[in-house]
Amino acid sequence: MATSPGMPSRGKWANALIDNEMRRSRDVSGKIFRFLTGAACLVIVSMVALIIGNIFINGRHHLSWRFLTAAPEDGMTGGGIFPAIYGTVLLVILMTLAVVPVGVMVAIYLQEYSSHSSRLYKATRLAVSNLAGVPSIVFGLFGLGFFVKFLGGSIDRLFYGGNLVFGQPAILWAAMTLAVLTLPVVILTTEDTLRSIPNELREASMALGATKFQTIRHIVLPQAVSGILTGGILAVSRGAGEVAPILFTGAAYFLPELPTKLTSQFMELGYHVLVLSTQSPDVEATKPILYSTVFVLLALTFLLNFVAIIIRSQMRARLRTRG
Amino acid sequence: MRIDTSAIGSALPLPTSNSLSSHLKGARFKDFLFGKFILFNAILAVSTIFLIGLYIGKEALPVFYDDEIRKEASLDNLFAPQNYGTEEMPLPFIWQPVGEVPKYSVFPLFLGTLKVTIIALLFGAPLAIGAAIYTAEFAKHWVREIVKPVVELLAGIPSVVLGFLALVVLASWIQDLFGFDYRLNAVTAGIAMALAIIPIIYTVSEDALTAVPRTYREASLALGVAPWKMAISVVLPAATPGIFAALVLGFGRAMGETMVVLMASGNAAVTSLKLTDSVRTIAATIAAELGEVVFRSPHYHVLFFLGAMLFSLTFLLNMLGEYFVARLKRKLMGH
Repeated sequence: MATSPGMPSRGKWANALIDNEMRRSRDVSGKIFRFLTGAACLVIVSMVALIIGNIFINGRHHLSWRFLTAAPEDGMTGGGIFPAIYGTVLLVILMTLAVVPVGVMVAIYLQEYSSHSSRLYKATRLAVSNLAGVPSIVFGLFGLGFFVKFLGGSIDRLFYGGNLVFGQPAILWAAMTLAVLTLPVVILTTEDTLRSIPNELREASMALGATKFQTIRHIVLPQAVSGILTGGILAVSRGAGEVAPILFTGAAYFLPELPTKLTSQFMELGYHVLVLSTQSPDVEATKPILYSTVFVLLALTFLLNFVAIIIRSQMRARLRTRG
Repeated sequence: MRIDTSAIGSALPLPTSNSLSSHLKGARFKDFLFGKFILFNAILAVSTIFLIGLYIGKEALPVFYDDEIRKEASLDNLFAPQNYGTEEMPLPFIWQPVGEVPKYSVFPLFLGTLKVTIIALLFGAPLAIGAAIYTAEFAKHWVREIVKPVVELLAGIPSVVLGFLALVVLASWIQDLFGFDYRLNAVTAGIAMALAIIPIIYTVSEDALTAVPRTYREASLALGVAPWKMAISVVLPAATPGIFAALVLGFGRAMGETMVVLMASGNAAVTSLKLTDSVRTIAATIAAELGEVVFRSPHYHVLFFLGAMLFSLTFLLNMLGEYFVARLKRKLMGH
């Protein structure tokens, strides 16, 4: 705070006072700014706590072994949700079988094979980042238009003489639709792991005369297992919670039997929540069941996410220690 | 770092002298096949995005050329004002696809989508960006270790659960507090949707803020600038493209979000600017109506047309977001 030549001299003390005053006012706005941004953190954390707390408190009453293992009864006001759990598990297993191999291969392409200036590399990058932003309802339309009507319809025309077998909503098509939706998750997570594997390992292997395939199969992939696992888990957790893509590709409100074939329709937890909360004839009677269903769905996705977060933080710690 | 030496050994089995060349040939052939297989998978990944555009576009196009379809649902019916009302009460834009005269004005749906999206951004963006600033600039280590996983948890909550809570809990709270005319309205859906877009806005902004080089901070601190002042006048401006990217991506996510609006917005296709009226968004319309529609009917094609518009809009927003992220990188790396 230097006095300019034109200003009247104020003396040492006055200057110090002004200086102090300014610093204090600066501190006040600084405190306000810090407080506001900190409050934003607090609001977000407490909203999440509120959501989880609300569902835990209201959802646990109705939770029982019978609830998890019985079929719905009395127009969805009694019984359990076993068919929905079964359908969800089957759905995500089929989805994982489809998405993990393809996702890992694409990640290997991006990290190990491509030259970063090639057209295919740029196209793949663009496709992956855009795929991650496509709205889930658009995946539903795609699943209906491509998998059910086009692929399924073509299979029926070729092998079943035009009878409806594959050309209708089915668990297979719902799983395929979800596989497309979760593809970016698997690709990006696997890529992260591949990037964390030191190049020296690859170079050593190649220097010993191993081919690229041998290097990837015996050196790179064994190191990447935990990352691929994380990708798979995150994909499952994402897929288990998505409802919009399966609305028209295979989910059903109520089925007396469990799905046994790839072409069966199925019940699903998220879809069950949607139907119970929007189409229930008796809102108050279904509410406990609804809450417990949400509880199960949330517990499932959180458990998966939690495991993925732990594996990933260990992976990152490993990366950090390497420098 | 544990190196599995046995694996290296098996990668190159010691050959007996006469099998050497055939062994090498086999290994090279496998290598060749694997390379092609990898390439095939990459092409598969690229083609999915094209297939999505193609198969949704294919079902949307009849709106442009098929005369049978255009009788009910031409572009004119979709976008231009119509005479659905009377002299005293003109109703130029109505979405009512099931009825004696099916009405397909998409204007109310666009307006509804915009209303909910803007409320979600107004509510969610300050929270997400504020929290990102706090964790990137001020927070102690342990605070960061709480906030980041909590945001990841929030991102992991299925949107159908958010929709359910908005419908059962949030709507009642808002009703008790403000007493809006409709229990389910744009504000309720918008606030619930904010929860769905906070994770992406937070993550992208936080990435942008932490990407600001340490030299920027050190220089301003050395000049005696207070940390909060540095956050506002040095770090934030440097990270601006990243914050833009976060907002654009959040906007795109909100536009396409389906379950929250399907359950909590009331789903009435009303043309009004009032935020407390019920609304129907594009995504919710597709979700609610496609299940009961006759295959290849005008209604079916109009719904795919809406899907195509949603797809193109979110695609453009994503590209815009990517562009901003790329600009941030260029800016901070100085080339």
